[in-house]
Amino acid sequence: MSLIVFVGVNIVGDPVDMLINPEADQAEIERFIRDLGLDRPLHEQYWYFVLNALKGDLGNSFIFNQPALKLIIQRIPATFELALAALLMAVTIGIPLGVYAGLNPDYRISKTIMATSILGFSLPTFWVGLMMIMVFAVMLGWLPSFGRGETEMLFGIEFSFLTRDGLAHLLLPALNLSLFKMSLVIRLTRAGTREVVHQDYIKFARAKGISQNRIIFVHLMKNIMIPVVTVLGLEFGGLIAFSVVTETVFSWPGMGKLIIDALHNLDRPVIVAYLMIIVIIFVFINLVVDVLYSILDPRVRLQELKG
Amino acid sequence: MSETVRVAHTHEPIVREVETPFRRFLSDYFESQVAVISLFVLGVIIFIALLAPFISPTNPYDLASVTILDSKLPPGGQSMAGITYWLGTDGAGRGLLSSIFYGLRISLGVGVMSSLIALCIGATVGLMAAYYGGRTDTVIMRIVDIQLSFPAILVALILLAALGKGVDKIIVALVIVQWAYYARTVRASALVERNKEYVDAARCLALGDKRILFRHLLPNCMPPLIVVVTVQTAHAISLEATLSFLGVGLPITEPSLGLLIANGFDYMLSEMYWISFFPGVALLITIVSINLVGDQLRDVLNPRLQK
Repeated sequence: MSLIVFVGVNIVGDPVDMLINPEADQAEIERFIRDLGLDRPLHEQYWYFVLNALKGDLGNSFIFNQPALKLIIQRIPATFELALAALLMAVTIGIPLGVYAGLNPDYRISKTIMATSILGFSLPTFWVGLMMIMVFAVMLGWLPSFGRGETEMLFGIEFSFLTRDGLAHLLLPALNLSLFKMSLVIRLTRAGTREVVHQDYIKFARAKGISQNRIIFVHLMKNIMIPVVTVLGLEFGGLIAFSVVTETVFSWPGMGKLIIDALHNLDRPVIVAYLMIIVIIFVFINLVVDVLYSILDPRVRLQELKG
Repeated sequence: MSETVRVAHTHEPIVREVETPFRRFLSDYFESQVAVISLFVLGVIIFIALLAPFISPTNPYDLASVTILDSKLPPGGQSMAGITYWLGTDGAGRGLLSSIFYGLRISLGVGVMSSLIALCIGATVGLMAAYYGGRTDTVIMRIVDIQLSFPAILVALILLAALGKGVDKIIVALVIVQWAYYARTVRASALVERNKEYVDAARCLALGDKRILFRHLLPNCMPPLIVVVTVQTAHAISLEATLSFLGVGLPITEPSLGLLIANGFDYMLSEMYWISFFPGVALLITIVSINLVGDQLRDVLNPRLQK
């Protein structure tokens, strides 16, 4: 895996052209290439890369001249903040809408909600982001369109949501990123609700004279949450992946923006390091989701016991 | 997919009274007004994409007729030569309407090509997994599972980082991203079909594996596949646009809708919304109409819902 990426990245383009001052003479160019170790044959470069990687050193960025790993880790909090904010939005807006549409499937509002959710699936994220900037930042001037704004330190990490300005910066990107997941949550909740309301235990709860609110929030919610939570867990990885798009549109300084810039500048160590880290993150997320799944859904555990 | 439906139109008048499964399929499909409209829209889009050079009002890539003097005209603006640009022009003076027509051609072409190739690979692999079972099945499905646990955009990004830009490369990337969906779908239905009598009969006739797989099993696994092809084509188009927008997909010489939108990004902050807006609308209409057609096909082809 690392070999494929390494070789592939090294075949594409010549970073020397991108980096060096166009007026440099031949001697300077050669010294520069030697400094970066680009004069050695590819298999030798890969060998050095693996040796260093095992020591936790994924090389220095060509552009920033800092360790690539450090650069990326610095950007992780920004990406996670964005992804979590988007997840939160998807849940807090998506679940109520989904339950409403599921309880009253024939209302016009419900039909509008469902139609909008189809739109949410189809709209390309980046284009919606552009249009949001157009409307809210350029035309109306309500919200800022790029960057993180003021950040506040918490546990030694910078967060945007702690300041008013930062929150304003967070709103548009998070909404943009959450649209797709929101549609997903709406559809899942609606489908779950429609299935659950016809179950005997709901009828029984009604027959007992339990209030509508209690039925919805206790009896119904508990049972529709299992698929929603598991899918959301799976989709959290998707949010981190799609933050590449949103970060580029809103110039959000997370790791997605970093990788796109690195791709444009042919900053090989950063590309390789990013891919290594993202693979680790994904393996970890998938593991957590698997564990969560068996905790949340007793049926999975029982099945395993039987098997 | 749409091709098959259009072929259907030409055959329609021949058999009027006979109730064939195919006619039932058609009449089921045409029950929903939304589905008919979206099929029609999709037909128009395909028509435009195929005939772009003949129906475009201007040729946006003919250097002789494009002048910088006409650049950034608002929608409906008149050029120096007296041509009206109904959707305005971009920064280099190219008519947007014509650019969109040409862009549709590339976007649709890449989307359809990649999902058809992925279909061929995925269907073959999936059939083999289901038919041979045992170790073949385990290995193939394990690869599919690993592949599907990573978001498509991330895999495509990694691949394109390694492969570089180009139409062929983005098709390769999209195929690699998509084949697993087809493999999984085909396997699921082939597992059911495999145990039916007609397969046993074919085996008793000592037909070759290849013949049984493609002539007997495959046709019976078609309905769910058709749905997946539609949905995946929409997905591929959207993914290609996103990647091109990020600058890792198509080169600037192949201006798909994603690239057109990316072009307008810089102008948007100075309120020239149309350069990004209209290509985005075209993209949106394409994706929504494909998704709606897919939705209806899913309902019509689902055996559980059949009357």
